[in-house]
Amino acid sequence: MTTTDAGSAGRFVGQSVRRKEDPRLLTGRGTYVDDMSLPGMLHACFVRSNVAHGRIVSIDCDAARAVDGVVAVLTGTELNVGRGSMQPTLMFEDAANVAVQPLTEGTVLFVGDPVALVVAESRAVAEDAAELVEVNIDMLEAVVGFDAALLEGAPLVHPDKGANVGQDMPVIMPGWDEIKADAAHVVSATFNQHRQTNVPMETRGIVASFDPASGELHAYLSTQNPHEARLVLSRVTGVPEHLVRVTARDVGGGFGQKMFLFRDEQTIGAAAVYLGRSIKWIEDRRENLIASNHARADRTTVELALDADGKLLGAFVDEVEDAGAWPLGSMGGAAPAVGAYFTGAYKLPFLSWHARAVWTNTCQRGAYRGPWMMETTAREQMVDYAARAIGMDPWEWRRRNVVKDADLPYTTPMFMTYDDSISPDATLEQAAQVIDYDAFRAEQRRAFESEGRLLGVGLSLYIEPCAMGMMDPLSTETANVRVMPSGKVSVALGTGSHGQGLETTMAQVVAEELGIDIDDVIVVQGDTASSPFGRGTGGSGSAIIGANACRLASAAVRDKAFAIAAQLMEAAANDLEVSDGRITVKGTPARGIDFAEVARVAYLETAKLPEGMEASLEATHTYKAPPVTWANACHACTVEVDRYTGLVKILRYVVSEDCGKMINPAIVDGQIAGGVVQGIGGVLFEHMIYDPDGNPLATTFMDYLLPTAAEIPTIEIHHIETPAPNPGGHKGVGEGGAIGAPACVFNAVADALALLDVTITDQPLGPREVLDALMAAGH
Amino acid sequence: MTDQAIAITVNGERRKGRTEARTTLADFLRDELALTGTHVGCEHGVCGACTVLLDGEAVRSCLVLAVQADGADITTIEGIGPEPGRLGPVQQAFMECHGLQCGFCTPGFVVSVTSFLAEQPAPTDDEIREMLSGNICRCTGYQGIVAAVHRATELIEEATA
Ligand code: FES
Ligand code: FES
Repeated sequence: MTTTDAGSAGRFVGQSVRRKEDPRLLTGRGTYVDDMSLPGMLHACFVRSNVAHGRIVSIDCDAARAVDGVVAVLTGTELNVGRGSMQPTLMFEDAANVAVQPLTEGTVLFVGDPVALVVAESRAVAEDAAELVEVNIDMLEAVVGFDAALLEGAPLVHPDKGANVGQDMPVIMPGWDEIKADAAHVVSATFNQHRQTNVPMETRGIVASFDPASGELHAYLSTQNPHEARLVLSRVTGVPEHLVRVTARDVGGGFGQKMFLFRDEQTIGAAAVYLGRSIKWIEDRRENLIASNHARADRTTVELALDADGKLLGAFVDEVEDAGAWPLGSMGGAAPAVGAYFTGAYKLPFLSWHARAVWTNTCQRGAYRGPWMMETTAREQMVDYAARAIGMDPWEWRRRNVVKDADLPYTTPMFMTYDDSISPDATLEQAAQVIDYDAFRAEQRRAFESEGRLLGVGLSLYIEPCAMGMMDPLSTETANVRVMPSGKVSVALGTGSHGQGLETTMAQVVAEELGIDIDDVIVVQGDTASSPFGRGTGGSGSAIIGANACRLASAAVRDKAFAIAAQLMEAAANDLEVSDGRITVKGTPARGIDFAEVARVAYLETAKLPEGMEASLEATHTYKAPPVTWANACHACTVEVDRYTGLVKILRYVVSEDCGKMINPAIVDGQIAGGVVQGIGGVLFEHMIYDPDGNPLATTFMDYLLPTAAEIPTIEIHHIETPAPNPGGHKGVGEGGAIGAPACVFNAVADALALLDVTITDQPLGPREVLDALMAAGH
Repeated sequence: MTDQAIAITVNGERRKGRTEARTTLADFLRDELALTGTHVGCEHGVCGACTVLLDGEAVRSCLVLAVQADGADITTIEGIGPEPGRLGPVQQAFMECHGLQCGFCTPGFVVSVTSFLAEQPAPTDDEIREMLSGNICRCTGYQGIVAAVHRATELIEEATA
């Protein structure tokens, strides 16, 4: 199902090398955080608010403290004292931040708000005792949803902030009214995006161990970002950074949820230091669904001005996002990015926008794979909406407006420049051709006219900013490539692989550069003790930042190996090449020396080294990402909507994407497929619902429905490889699938319903919503 | 709460332990027997991550009490391969087809698929998807997993040919 031009592939880079992680994971020998046990380890359970908004009158812990096996029951009185900022390092001095504390005192702000922590000899005892903690709360009116939050005189989620709007960024450019007055068409629509959540199969968890004698805190974590976790644990506990160690071995998914350390894990770290003990906390699924982070929950109004040919004259975007009660870091969301990146793959002469984020009495908003996907979702849904409104086919509309090769470099109205390494036009054509767009249109007409069936086709085209180089501390990764005396190689990286297979892909890059076998390379990552500071894994960054750090550190090692080999062989270093673990003189393969022999000399026969050369064979390189690296893709899918049951069936799903030079095509396809299926799940199944009082109604997998293999079609993935302007030519690929899919599925359903003149603007599109839409239009 | 003594055979080995009546088989395997390959993804019987073989049948070990398994023969992911350090056909197929990413759901899938293929050696694509719908994977989008089940049927056939 994959077409790849592997013409430029190396021996390892560009090959679907089997993963080094797999043997241990396939035999049950992985080490996830709950697999970690320490001598004398205690277990923790949070006591959480079961109301959305209310004043705490009292917390009675006596009965819980009396339970056999309970070591401590802690509240804010004990744990909130003298804490440093719990905010992510990236945004920890932001004016929009709320004062998050380990355990809520005073007023609880959402169902799930932690108010006490029980620490006991076993998880079962901790849970039993938690039931005995009596929390007495005077209920207040809950603020749930955009309308409630924005209502004049609404109760305030954070009274000290004076408003429920925590972020208000108008980027209003002059001239919009004039553009609209002169336009042939002005179309506007509002799109509601429902609340979802990441749902990694491994919930969050931590084993925090504090040794009062040495003052060291060691946290085993399920995290995407060990160095960030260390920084924030250091701040919140007061343990200096060098005495905090964070270790993450295997991490069972995150999709953004484990990029910044949340409040609960920080609280366990604080409790471990407070009690001078080792404490394990493994989140249960209910907690993960209601109290980790939610995402999406956006409302976006788009106004487009078009000329008589359907060409874009300008756009205005009004974006509101729901940040929940205790968002970490700058409202936890990405509202301004929805405006800033709205241009996407189209020639857009004018853009003006207004972005707001509101606090509500719900679970915090946090990053979820493509946090600002609404720029694509709202734009691509609007494109179809507008094309229909002016009687033009959506593919034709995109062809007229897409940025073509001849337009590059192209600068958006928000002053961002696409260099010539993007290929939106090519992906649009490829996706439409593979899905057989014209033939499908004919079949759609036939099926509707002769059988009354509702078929639809959807497209979604986007450009994604990856590996943001302007966002410290997410901009750099440092690779330490260390050759051992036997010639084997160990690579230390600060990444936090959580399914991406970085132990394999980074080894591919190193083996390729050093000309040695991949079996001779081990990548050690996810541990602050073994690696220099790094950005972790997220934001579609590791292929760009991690791989280039590995490549450049390896190149330095190779240069040094050549210098040593040149000395040993009495040859010129720049005449040498290396492959299959052997360094040879170019054109004279018989003259050579093993890479392993060079390594041995570097450590064990240092007298033979060139005059003045430092013994050892290793190098460290810090790669700083360019301000932004653009990846692009086009998704296309076809669906059938059952007009009697409201069920949507996806018939075909095609992705044409350009992530630059691929390191491991199988892993690239896996990332895309995983993201697409999360996108499909989001449109058709997943919905984190609150009732008007702020009670979460999806607290198990019986109510929060995830897609299974039975509902998911084959994802047909095609690649266009335009190298990015960085040493390896790579772009990001982790998030794109989840960015492109929602609008693609939505547009296909909207296309099918348009046969009956039914218009939709909101997700999700489960059977009930589809039937409601049909009914509302009189069907 | 009083403990009860139970004895089960796990991966061919006779194991004894004491457990509270309320302890699930999943927790018993993980906490008492230190077999941490069996994963707990939901604790309410939906995700399938905790699947083990109980007297040859695939069961969700989060829904079985340890005391109910007294006397039973259990196979976990640690015992599904032919011998330590070697992969069985289903494991091999998952590796070849990139049927896993984070690996958290994987033990449940491998055990479920092993039991399924023992009963249905030549399933159709629809039957495979239907069978897989009892397990949730959040990473792979199921593409590699479906391919792996097809590949496993070939590997099993080759091995028995
Ligand atoms: S943990 Fe048993 S089914 Fe999810
Ligand atoms: S591989 Fe991560 S949940 Fe399946």
